[in-house]
Amino acid sequence: MASSRNRRPGFSRRAQYGLFIGYVIALSGAVVGAVLLAISIFNPPAFSAFRSGMAEVTAPVSGVLGSVVGGVVAVPMGIGDYIAVGGENKRLRKQLADANALLMRARSLSYDNRRLKRLLQIREGSADPVAVARLVNSSASSTRRYATLNAGSRQNVQVGQPVSGPDGLIGRVMETGPDTARILLLADPESIVPVRRTRDGLPAIAAGRGDGSVEIRSVGLVNAPFRAGDVFVTSGTGGIFAPGIPVAKAVSTARDVALARTYAQPETLDYALVQKAFIDVPAPAPAADRIP
Amino acid sequence: MNGEPIHQRALFEEAPIPLRVRLIPAWMVIAGSLVTILPVVATLPILPPFGLLLLLGWRLHRPDALRVWAPLPLGFFDDLVSGQPLGSAILLWTLCFLMIELIDSRLVWRDFWQDWLIATGAIAFCLEAGRFFASPFVAHVDTVLVLQIAVTVLLFPVIARLCAWVDRKRDTP
Repeated sequence: MASSRNRRPGFSRRAQYGLFIGYVIALSGAVVGAVLLAISIFNPPAFSAFRSGMAEVTAPVSGVLGSVVGGVVAVPMGIGDYIAVGGENKRLRKQLADANALLMRARSLSYDNRRLKRLLQIREGSADPVAVARLVNSSASSTRRYATLNAGSRQNVQVGQPVSGPDGLIGRVMETGPDTARILLLADPESIVPVRRTRDGLPAIAAGRGDGSVEIRSVGLVNAPFRAGDVFVTSGTGGIFAPGIPVAKAVSTARDVALARTYAQPETLDYALVQKAFIDVPAPAPAADRIP
Repeated sequence: MNGEPIHQRALFEEAPIPLRVRLIPAWMVIAGSLVTILPVVATLPILPPFGLLLLLGWRLHRPDALRVWAPLPLGFFDDLVSGQPLGSAILLWTLCFLMIELIDSRLVWRDFWQDWLIATGAIAFCLEAGRFFASPFVAHVDTVLVLQIAVTVLLFPVIARLCAWVDRKRDTP
């Protein structure tokens, strides 16, 4: 047991003043912190330049680390795949035959759909791909759910554009730097995506909970019944997300608010596709991403 | 300057510690903040805040390792990489330091258990307050947050040992 070191600097005036000024700086630091915090809470994009500047430096490091980890993990997986390839082959052949029939039907439906839409003269937005990049890291120690994407404004990524993975929607772009972008993941407590149920087109919103899942809230209809297993895709409402991207699957049977699991698994660090905002909004309001 | 030292060192006076050795604690805190750039896309806030842990570890192990205003630049850096709103770590870390200064003046003789208790309070305060700054009140993050606090608190002795080890190495070059 030892005493903490005595910090009194003795009789030296200079040292005493130095210590005093240290406390003054610390206290004013706390005040500065409080002011910065208030600014960034009420105007979230305020300091995005600092953050994206830092992300420009750290994202390449994360990218290299990620590919190293991926390479190491791929070796045993490759060996396992090689051993299991015979059974896999047989299973896939069967699956392909099953899927072929479905594909033919879907093709004819898609053709019908296009033809009918042209008859109705519906103005469609475009969902052209902008960039394909990897998610390299995330805010793993914070209660917010952000990820860093390895592409930015030099790759034409812009704030508000939707980001989806191979399995479904991942989130949308919050801030962009020259070569990086910050993605608000679906599970973030402030993320809201308009969706509809595939079964009957029931409109709902998928709101992030912060614990890795989303909740589906009905809009419009009171007492809307949700069943476990209901599939929700983006509805295109609001003009950011193109319709038909898989979002989440309900895991509980409930009324009005149901728990759901997202299709996209951002933790697999897979490729993410940035698409154009479905209908170009002239200038997104900076406060539009907060829950009103 | 003509290369003449301003202050002539007396015969038995200790040699001043070189700057790069004095800055080791600060660099370690920065490295701790940078743990978030590990290539993991987490869907839960489960990663302990290593920057805060190292800050507390150094402060409680060696009160003179970091200046009392050190949380200002270090917290700013942590805010840039952590995903919290900017200013949150600056404010919370500075408050922790001032609180520990107060405790230092009251509770002069203490051993590791008290240090651990102080660190527990500081960690719980920083994470809990950071959660309310960052996420809306209705967000379902509290269960995970309690887990995160528990993991962080249990990690503190390890970090404290690390700081003590580095400190010993630092003193005997």
